[in-house]
Amino acid sequence: MKILTGNDLKSGAVVWWTGQDWSIHVEDAVDVGDQADTILAQEEAARRVNASYAIDAEPDGERGVRPAHIKDRIRALGPTVRPDLTLKPADPNAGNWVI
Amino acid sequence: MLDHLRFREDEPVGAPAVTVDAFFSQTNAAAVRIEPGDDAKSLLPFLEQLRLVEVNFPSFGDGRGYSSARILREAGYQGELRAVGDVLVDQLSHMRRCGFDSFLPEKPFDPEDAQAALDRWPEVYQATGDGRTPIWAKRHPAHERD
Amino acid sequence: MYRYDQYDQAMVDTRVAEFRDQTRRRLEGKLTEDQFKPLRLQNGLYLQLHAYMLRVAVPYGTLNAAQMHVLANIADKYDRGYGHFTTRQNIQYNWIKLEDAPDILADLAAVEMHAIQTSGNCIRNISSDQFAGAAADELIDPRPYAELLRQWSSFHPEFLTLPRKFKICVIASETDRAAMKLHDIGIRIVKNAAGEIGAAFYVGGGMGRTPMIAPLIRDFVPLDQLITYSEACLRVYNRYGRRDNKYKARIKILVHELGKEEYTRQVEEEFAHLLTQGIEPPIAELERIMAHFADPAFDTAASDDLDLSNRDFALWVARNTVAHKQPGYVIANISLKPVGGIPGDASAAQIHLMADLAKEYSFDELRVTHAQNIVLPHVRKADLFTLWQKLEAAGLGAANLDTVEDIIACPGLDYCSLANARSIPVAQKISQRFAANGKTGELGELKLKISGCINACGHHHAGHIGILGVDKKGLENYQLLLGGCEGDDTSLGKITGPGFTEDGIVDAVEKATDVYLAEREEGERFLDTYRRIGMEKFKEAIYA
Repeated sequence: MKILTGNDLKSGAVVWWTGQDWSIHVEDAVDVGDQADTILAQEEAARRVNASYAIDAEPDGERGVRPAHIKDRIRALGPTVRPDLTLKPADPNAGNWVI
Repeated sequence: MLDHLRFREDEPVGAPAVTVDAFFSQTNAAAVRIEPGDDAKSLLPFLEQLRLVEVNFPSFGDGRGYSSARILREAGYQGELRAVGDVLVDQLSHMRRCGFDSFLPEKPFDPEDAQAALDRWPEVYQATGDGRTPIWAKRHPAHERD
Repeated sequence: MYRYDQYDQAMVDTRVAEFRDQTRRRLEGKLTEDQFKPLRLQNGLYLQLHAYMLRVAVPYGTLNAAQMHVLANIADKYDRGYGHFTTRQNIQYNWIKLEDAPDILADLAAVEMHAIQTSGNCIRNISSDQFAGAAADELIDPRPYAELLRQWSSFHPEFLTLPRKFKICVIASETDRAAMKLHDIGIRIVKNAAGEIGAAFYVGGGMGRTPMIAPLIRDFVPLDQLITYSEACLRVYNRYGRRDNKYKARIKILVHELGKEEYTRQVEEEFAHLLTQGIEPPIAELERIMAHFADPAFDTAASDDLDLSNRDFALWVARNTVAHKQPGYVIANISLKPVGGIPGDASAAQIHLMADLAKEYSFDELRVTHAQNIVLPHVRKADLFTLWQKLEAAGLGAANLDTVEDIIACPGLDYCSLANARSIPVAQKISQRFAANGKTGELGELKLKISGCINACGHHHAGHIGILGVDKKGLENYQLLLGGCEGDDTSLGKITGPGFTEDGIVDAVEKATDVYLAEREEGERFLDTYRRIGMEKFKEAIYA
C-alpha cells in the first residue's frame, strides 16, 4: 500500500493521512493508491502539512500499518533510545516493531 | 504590489541590458546583465560607460551576485545596480548593503513587507561600502570612516 | 567572558523581530516552504524526524550560569525536559514547535544568546578550544579573536548564500583540542619571530563525505588584517565554490580542485584589494573585546594540595581534570557520557545543576566541548571534592574523559532525517561492554566516534576508532575505521573492510582493542600502536 506522511506545519509533529485529515497515529493511515501527488499538492497548498511525501507500507495485523523503511517506522513510534518519549511509552516491546 | 523598487533620482536607462558576451562584441552599450557565472571584474575597465548593471539571480539561493555587486561598487561604479530574477523581500536589506540600488523581482513585492525588510536593521556589524557606519566604528568614534 | 553592549543587544533583538515576522508570513502563506527554509535554518530551526529541532549557538563554547539556566528552562518550557550538546559546542532541542520558535529566540536574547547562523549555507558559530583562558599551554586566549569573527560573520550580507555551510575554528595553543584542521577555516593564533601576535590560516579542511585536512595557506596574518583576510578567503569561495553539486560545494573541494597554490594566489589578490577598502575594525575594537576576557580574580594563595584518599574521587581527578595555568586551580570536565547513556544529552535538572556549580565553583563560567561534554574551567582544588560529590549525586560524575566510554555520537536515525543508521544504541552498547569487561582504564586514551551517515557529524573520520552507520538494503550496517585523529597530528581513519550488524560492530571494537592490548609497547596509546603496526593485524583479528 501507499501511505502519506509529513509534519504538521505549526507543531512539527509527524502525521499520517487518514483519508480526510492527518493523524499522529500511523495505524490511521490509509492506502491512497495513485492519488498521492494530488492529495499532497492540495494539503501542502492548504498549509495543513509540511515536508510531506508518499511511502510504501504494508498492513500489519493489530498495529494496522507498517511503513516499509526503518526511518518511517522510527518516525511513527519515536526515538528508540527514549521509549518514554514514544507514542507507546507503556509498551516495553514497542522498539522491536521498529527493527 | 511593487514591481520595481528603485533608490535613485536619475532617469532609468531605456535600452535593455545586453549579455556580457554581447557587451564585449558591441562595446557602446550602456546597460549590461551579468549572470552568476560571469566575472564582474571583466567589466571594470568599462565602468565609465555603464549606466545600468543588472545582476541576475536565477535562484535566490545562488549568492554569487552579492559578490559581483560589491566588486563593482568597490571599483567605483556609480550607475544603477539592479537585482533581477528570483529576488525576495527577505534579501532586500542584504542586497542594499552590497550596493544594489534597484530591484526588479520576478514576483512583485508586497509593499509593506518590503518596507519592513528595508527598515529592519538599525545597526550593522560590517563595513561594506554602502555608507552605513558599522558598529565597531560607533564604538570607536576616532576611527569612524568619512 | 564577553558581554553585549547596546549594539549587540539591538542586533539579537532585531533578529527575533525579523524571525517572528518571517514565521508569521510562513504561517499565513506569504512564504513558501522553499523560501522559508533558508530563513529558519539561519535561525537554527530544522525539520527533523519527529518535530522541528532548534540549535542554539554557544559562541566558542563559552557561557555563564544565567545562560545555562535559560537553556534548562527552554528544555522544560518548550521541549521535553532535556537538551543535546553537539559536536560544534552548541545545544539542540528535538521537540520544538514552529509557532514557539520566535518566543524561544526572545528568551535567548534576554540573556545575550541566539540561534543565529547555526545552520544554513552561511558562516556558522565560531568554535574554539574548550580550555581557552584556562589551559596551561596556551599562548593567549583565542576567544577575543573568535568574538571579533562572530560579529563580522553575523548577518554578513555578502556571505549569507554561500555554496554550502562554512565552519571556522580559532585556537591559540600548542595542543589542538578543537579539530582545527578539520574546519573550512582553521585559525591558529601564533607569535612570529619578531614576537608579534598574528594568525596562521588553514583553509579547506572538513569531514563529511570527502574528508580533508586543511592545508596552511598563510603562516602569519597580522592582527589588524584578520577580518580583511577572512573576507578575502570567503569572497573567493563565494564566487568560485561549486554550486552544481551539493556534495562538492564545500570549500575543501574548491581548494583541492584549484590547488592550494592557486586558491592562495586568488585570496592574496583579493586581500590586497580589500586592504584598500577600510573594512577592518581598529585594534581598539579587539582590545575592547579582550578586556571582557580578563582572568577572573583567582585566589593567588589557593592551595595546590588535593586529598586523593577517596579512590573514586582520585579516579575522577585523574581522568576528568586538566592542569590549569593558575596554581591551586584545575579545569574540571563533566562527562555527559554515563555508561549506557545518550552521549551529549542532559536533563533540565542536570543543566540547572551545572549552572549552579559554575556559579559557585567556577567564576560563573562553563564551556561546551566538541566531544559533547561540559567544562568548569576554573575550579579551586580546595573545592574539587565537594564539586565531585555534587556531580556524583546528579549522575554527572562519570570518570571517563577521553576513554573508550567517552564516545562522540551524532543523534543518528533516532532523531535525524539525514541518518542511515542509529548511532546512539551503538554508543550505549559499547560503553556498557567496556564498563562490564573492565578494560576502560587499561585502554587509556581512546577516542571513539560514531556517525549515523556519511555527513560525519559524529566525526568518525577523526576517531582513533570510528564507526560509520550505513543503509544496507534497508538494514542498519556499521563500518569500522581505525587510525583517525583530530589533534595536531591530524589523520583520517581507514575503513577496515566489510561492515557489521549492531552487535557485530561492538564485538569488532572489542577485538580491535584486544589487538592493541597485546601489541602495545611502553607508553603507547591505541592510536600509536595502530600507526606503528598498521591495519593488517587488526583486520586479522576483527575478521577472523
